Amino acid sequence: MADTIIEVRDLSKNYIISHENGRDANANLRETITHQFKRMFSKSSPQQENNVQTSEKFWALQDVSFDIERGSRVGILGSNGAGKSTLLKILSKIIEPSEGYAKVTGHVVSLLEVGTGFHQELTGRENIFLNGVILGMSRAEIRKKFDEIVDFAEIAQFLDTPVKKYSSGMYMRLAFAVAAHLEPEILIIDEVLAVGDSRFQKKCINKMDEISRGDGRTVLFVSHNLEAVRSFCNKGIYLNSGKLAMQGDIEEVANKYASFYNGKLTAFKPNSHKPIFFNSITVNSPIVPFNNAIVLQCEVISDSHQDSYIIGMTITDTFDNKVGSILLNNKEPLKKGVNHINIKVPFTNVVPGDYKFITALALDETLNNEDVVWDYPGFTITPDSANNHFMIPKWHHSWGAHIMPDISFI
Amino acid sequence: MTKKNYWRELWNYHELIYILSWRDIKIRYKQTVMGASWGIIRPLVTTIIFTVVFNRIAKLQNPSAAPYILMVSAGMLPWQFFASALGETSNSVIGNAGLISKVYFPRLIIPLSSIVTSLVDFMVAFVIIIAMMIWFQFAPGWQIILLPFFIMLLIASALGVGLFLTALNVKYRDFRHLIPFVIQVGLYVTPVAFSSKSIPAHWRIWYSINPMAGIVDGFRWCLLDDTLYWPGLIISIVITLFLLVAGLRYFRKMEKNFVDDI
Repeated sequence: MADTIIEVRDLSKNYIISHENGRDANANLRETITHQFKRMFSKSSPQQENNVQTSEKFWALQDVSFDIERGSRVGILGSNGAGKSTLLKILSKIIEPSEGYAKVTGHVVSLLEVGTGFHQELTGRENIFLNGVILGMSRAEIRKKFDEIVDFAEIAQFLDTPVKKYSSGMYMRLAFAVAAHLEPEILIIDEVLAVGDSRFQKKCINKMDEISRGDGRTVLFVSHNLEAVRSFCNKGIYLNSGKLAMQGDIEEVANKYASFYNGKLTAFKPNSHKPIFFNSITVNSPIVPFNNAIVLQCEVISDSHQDSYIIGMTITDTFDNKVGSILLNNKEPLKKGVNHINIKVPFTNVVPGDYKFITALALDETLNNEDVVWDYPGFTITPDSANNHFMIPKWHHSWGAHIMPDISFI
Repeated sequence: MTKKNYWRELWNYHELIYILSWRDIKIRYKQTVMGASWGIIRPLVTTIIFTVVFNRIAKLQNPSAAPYILMVSAGMLPWQFFASALGETSNSVIGNAGLISKVYFPRLIIPLSSIVTSLVDFMVAFVIIIAMMIWFQFAPGWQIILLPFFIMLLIASALGVGLFLTALNVKYRDFRHLIPFVIQVGLYVTPVAFSSKSIPAHWRIWYSINPMAGIVDGFRWCLLDDTLYWPGLIISIVITLFLLVAGLRYFRKMEKNFVDDI
């Protein structure tokens, strides 16, 4: 068996939410004392007492169990309120679980926030030391890596300026630079890359990659950027309302999460208050073999006659990466009332996977959309043994969703 | 976590104690014109006012040899530390809420760093009393070598009470209002501005239940060659040790829930 670095068993965390007449979490002393007195002198059973206090238990995490092996890079997925942050806080020892346990072997550093402990009044130089020590470095270590940190953050000329004068980008870069030079066995990162420009995000991901691949460090990573999680992590944990919904290889977990997430969006509702709108939109078959065509069937209702119109269409994958787009200029008029518009879409060279349409209708080339249907309907391209490109079984999502045609040796 | 691991972990984080108190001191005098001289002005002016009020106006006398103002400043020295340590520690965990809810380290680091911060002020105040003793040409007796013991006792009692208040303050914010009041009253029930010898003899043993009474007497004994009331000192040591152990235990019991309660 591989080396387990984090062992989580039946982990639960609940919070008592009290209502108006219940006792507040930040109880004041007088209430506590009178409450204790009442309890001492009254003969009411605990049962009755519970009825008086209208509080309820909220389970932020419930019976979560998993193991993480040394050196793995684990993406934690789940929508808001799924318990991701609670889990990370328990693993970082910031809060205690209500039930179960999390056994973590090794030094943990957690970045739950950008620039924890930074003080606005202190200079960049001072904050590097402050933040570094807070995150568990010794001052000697910081001194050794100081130049590297400043270099990475690209703030050399502002080193002796208080950070309250920094732009948010500089602040963020400095904060991440300190964190990136830690050498923990386990690094826990929560959503810190949400800020900062994309060039710097890339730099951070690369640095994290270097950290984890180089010395076999374990990284736990939460981000709403599914693409970042997918490209960086090799394992996934998917939480849904405090429960473990799935764990395993990141591809499978990410797909499940994405399809669940998209499932919630796919309820189609016509925008019938608009003068021109899509009343229904369907595909002739939700499953298409590789290199076959699909027909998109739109029913458009218009309150007026229009001489021509344009249909714009984008195809995206489940992670909202665009596969491609087209604008179709139809010279036929849009009738007043119900119109049936059928569009043939040949998916030449689009690799197997789950996809969905974004469809828009405009009247002229100013492209002011009369109506847009987002992420609906969805469909799946499956491998077709007769027609397969030889690369299909080996295809990796990071290569894109489209096999470039007509490229050959000459 | 076992007891042994707890203390070892605390040691691993000892640099954090210094850097947090360094931060607090640094921040305190940012954007002030007079800077660190505030650390001298405040205790000095209080000492002078107390001398004027108690000695000149209320006509209290120091039963011992030292000038009244020296007696007041030898009492002010440990009391100021005690008061500022209580004030700083009791708000320390709440004041660092952002930090403790995002990063793990032994929570005890936070009140300890507040104690270190107060200790820096104590050093500054110490310079004042040395300057005064030189001014009055007053030499301490051999007991001066025991002063470090009383300083330890002082730190222990401030830490013991401080830990209780810190943990209580997280859960019950009533203490935020109570603490300044207690400190204010404490100044008058502790022999800071007067000599403990002014207390009627049969009350003196009860008076010693306030651990700061024995500590202030001890400072005067070491610095000013005053006489020492030994039963009072023993009571003070026992109570201080009790407070320290109980305070630590209470803090350790409560610290698990700090983030949930804050």
